[in-house]
Amino acid sequence: MKSDFIERTLASLLSASEYAAHAESVAASRGALQRVDPRIKVAGLFALILVVAASRNLKTIAALFAAALLLAAVSSVPVTRLAVWVWSPVLFFTGTIAAPAVFLTPGATLATLGPLTITQQGLHSAAFLISRAETAATLSALLVLTTPWPWVLKALRTFRFPAVLVVILGMTYRYVFVILETALDMFESRKSRTVGVLEPAERRRLSAAAAGVLLSKSLHLSGEVHLAMQSRGFRGETHVMHDFHAGAADWCWLGGFASTAALAVWAGAL
Amino acid sequence: MHIPDGYLSPSTCAGLCAASAPFWYVSLRRLKRALHTRLVPLLSVFAAFSFIVMMFNLPLPGGTTGHAVGVAVAAIVLGPAASILAISTALVIQAIFFGDGGITAIGANCFNMAIIGSLVAWAVYRLISGRAPIESPRRVIAAAFAGYLSINVAALAAAVEFGIQPMLFHDASGAPLYAPYPLHIAIPAMMIGHLTVAGLAELVITAGVVAYLQRADPGLLLNTAPGATADPRTSGWTSTKPLWIALAVLMVLTPLGILAAGSAWGEWSPEDFTNPSARTEIATASRNAAPPVNAPAGMQRLASFWTAPMPRYAPPFLKSASFGYLLSALAGTGLTILVFLFAGWILNRQ
Repeated sequence: MKSDFIERTLASLLSASEYAAHAESVAASRGALQRVDPRIKVAGLFALILVVAASRNLKTIAALFAAALLLAAVSSVPVTRLAVWVWSPVLFFTGTIAAPAVFLTPGATLATLGPLTITQQGLHSAAFLISRAETAATLSALLVLTTPWPWVLKALRTFRFPAVLVVILGMTYRYVFVILETALDMFESRKSRTVGVLEPAERRRLSAAAAGVLLSKSLHLSGEVHLAMQSRGFRGETHVMHDFHAGAADWCWLGGFASTAALAVWAGAL
Repeated sequence: MHIPDGYLSPSTCAGLCAASAPFWYVSLRRLKRALHTRLVPLLSVFAAFSFIVMMFNLPLPGGTTGHAVGVAVAAIVLGPAASILAISTALVIQAIFFGDGGITAIGANCFNMAIIGSLVAWAVYRLISGRAPIESPRRVIAAAFAGYLSINVAALAAAVEFGIQPMLFHDASGAPLYAPYPLHIAIPAMMIGHLTVAGLAELVITAGVVAYLQRADPGLLLNTAPGATADPRTSGWTSTKPLWIALAVLMVLTPLGILAAGSAWGEWSPEDFTNPSARTEIATASRNAAPPVNAPAGMQRLASFWTAPMPRYAPPFLKSASFGYLLSALAGTGLTILVFLFAGWILNRQ
């Protein structure tokens, strides 16, 4: 039976929750990247993502993808999970966009499929788009799957990211799960009270009302959080504590990231 | 709408990030001034709400479903500055933690959805809703347009960003290095989906949430409705117009009371007991029971306690009984209104 919109919304919410839970468990495991100082990891992986975005060489991007796979392997990040969470969605989304480019981009003809002509430039263009998107998404996933979110935020603070924004990002992440739980409860309770099939207009009203209720609850929650923060002495000043200590291994990792990025920049520009 | 990594060149991303920076800065400064200690919890919780709303599966007309960004809801409830920051925060978490949208494209996504989306939604909503009352259906229509237009203008901006990539960034052979389609393909390709499914999703969620809040929590809509008048259905001249008209008609008709035969039972004066015609009317109204010869002593004593300025609805200075009735009605109604206005003024002062 085709699932209804309540089930699909529940599935979306649950999948976000599961992803976060799995990310936390992988980040807590003993892998190579998990042991790296978060500041170095954030800087290194961001640098590699930038290099992927700037590279004009498919081989360089492919090499960086291989490097990302190696990092995943030594960091206990299951390749199957990467395939399900990262590669498949990116391939589906980007592939849909890139596929017509193979035929629509003008250039030297490589093959002809009836009225369609595959051009070399079109193929290159599609390959660039897919490989860049896949490699950058893999590197982003590695950062989150091997680093607890609060550490990522603390590392951002090291790079002069405004403290107030770091605090907001940290709190947002926490309250995403609180509100997600509320939304799950709302939809589950509604589902348990729904008999038969709802009319389309009724379904739209239900979704909008659910969003409205969630909005009211969220604003009420923000008031309560504000009072709680004030009761603990919050007067608008935001601070983020720094407790990272880079060791010799971390500096080696920094060297590795820097040399890989430099090599990729050199090779990517060719 | 969430642009992944690899679709835009690093220089485009840097340019859009730089273009977004002043909006973030100004929004943050304005909100810090306005909210002070409430800034952090309000933005955090609202960004979390926006994040969750983006996961809602919305049933759309035509049988399909779609996801909304919720940017117009944020702009209508919180105003543009808070909406820019809340949606940007949600987009940053989506990009970094959930991989929805690229890390290098965070600036571009924030520029399109959080900044352009919020400003367009806010401007359209304010323009169409005007000074309409909070509960007015006009606000729902304004919200629908705000949602639909905000997401489509944001999509158009993204389409233009995609469309300029092949012109600016290609290799020696002419192969596009980033988004491969020129403007004449990128714009229609992007807009078809947004003018139909994504635009409808935003329309449904924005209009639906505003309609819900009008019924359940209208206070949340006051932030972006500074000139909103009270609901004409519940207050003001428009709502009481029929009552005023009815009152005027009744006042005009008051002389009809003169036509009524006999006298009202129990509304007698001491003089009526000595007046033969009045005694007959008293007897008729009392089932032919003869009234006492003289007025009761208590009635005589109390009758002189207070002399009305317009006794028997007939001011002494008027010769016309009908006009006397009408003038009495006007005076009585006016005095009643004055008493209530004064009482209201006293209560409001407290």
